Amino acid sequence: MPENCIYIARSSAIAARALAGEMMVMNSADSTFFTLNEVATAIFQAADGHTPLRDIVRDRVCEQFDVDPEQAQADAEQFVTELSSHGILLVSNQPLATETP
Amino acid sequence: MMPGPRKVACVEIGRIAIALATSDDAFLDLLRERYEGFLSSSPPEFELEFDLTSTRSASDDDVRVRREPDAWVLERGDFRARWDPTTGRGTVRQNANPYSLDSVLRILHSLILAERGGFLLHAASAICDGRAYLFSGVSGAGKTTMTRLAPANVTLLTDEISYLRPGAGGYSAFGTPFAGELARAGENCSAPVSALFFLEQGPENKVDELSSAEAVRRLMRNILFFAEDYTLVEKLFATACDFVDTVSVRRLTFYPDARVWDEIRNFQGVPQHA
Repeated sequence: MPENCIYIARSSAIAARALAGEMMVMNSADSTFFTLNEVATAIFQAADGHTPLRDIVRDRVCEQFDVDPEQAQADAEQFVTELSSHGILLVSNQPLATETP
Repeated sequence: MMPGPRKVACVEIGRIAIALATSDDAFLDLLRERYEGFLSSSPPEFELEFDLTSTRSASDDDVRVRREPDAWVLERGDFRARWDPTTGRGTVRQNANPYSLDSVLRILHSLILAERGGFLLHAASAICDGRAYLFSGVSGAGKTTMTRLAPANVTLLTDEISYLRPGAGGYSAFGTPFAGELARAGENCSAPVSALFFLEQGPENKVDELSSAEAVRRLMRNILFFAEDYTLVEKLFATACDFVDTVSVRRLTFYPDARVWDEIRNFQGVPQHA
């Protein structure tokens, strides 16, 4: 899948909460639990289903954090792959309907 | 043979009164004996009617709790229960084994509490100087040991299953009749929770901070919840986060002698976020 057309959305089967500066995400289906760092949190919060991942990395990650753009994109794709394998994020090469309210 | 007249024992745990109805006198005696300190004359909010069978007495099967359109269904090898949360009434088919009865009650309370922002926690709890302290951890971590080491003026709430409910300004812990290795029911009383300690045994007593995420992760791992229900699991997660936001959660490494209670008595904790 070309990196410039990845769309991501948060699954409806998750619960997320920021506590003491940390974003905690739980998959309600199997109670697996994740803690996201600041960069991952920025990507997670921007996962609206219709903003391409490339734009999220450019606007939310590279703008706010001192990171190399290519490295940031590679890290973001790895993060998205991992969270999608746990059912936290939905990934598509087309815009997705947002599942979360 | 016609069943005898229906008789009721009302068991109140955590200020939630449940009427347990049976037509079997021997089972009624068992109920009254097992929950002696928790019998209540309060009007029951909920009711379970028991239909006794002669099936298997105990079971190591996994429990299954699922929501059907009109009721929760609780199943294990040794019992099958249906409980309608709208009417508050349910039926239980089991034999007269008290362990099955404890399991059904625990599951029912876990469902009721989840809706009300509370939870059951795999933890010992006790009241010291008017405040409740919780001690959680894996089997063998020292929950029962902590209760055995407690000074005489400490009130045991449970050595196995702690009962937590939110209230004004925090959470309160209530005594439960659900005993672990100590084989002794807790006292039927409550107190505001001062701290939750996750136990580890070590060469000396010390209290360490936990990050909020780690506190929530450990808390979720030790909450007793059986239902296959996304909505309630999400609610429990929110409750766990709120608990960590409100109550001091720490790791307590302890050497198993009575001095650990000095550490607890002197603990001046603040919640994770503060």
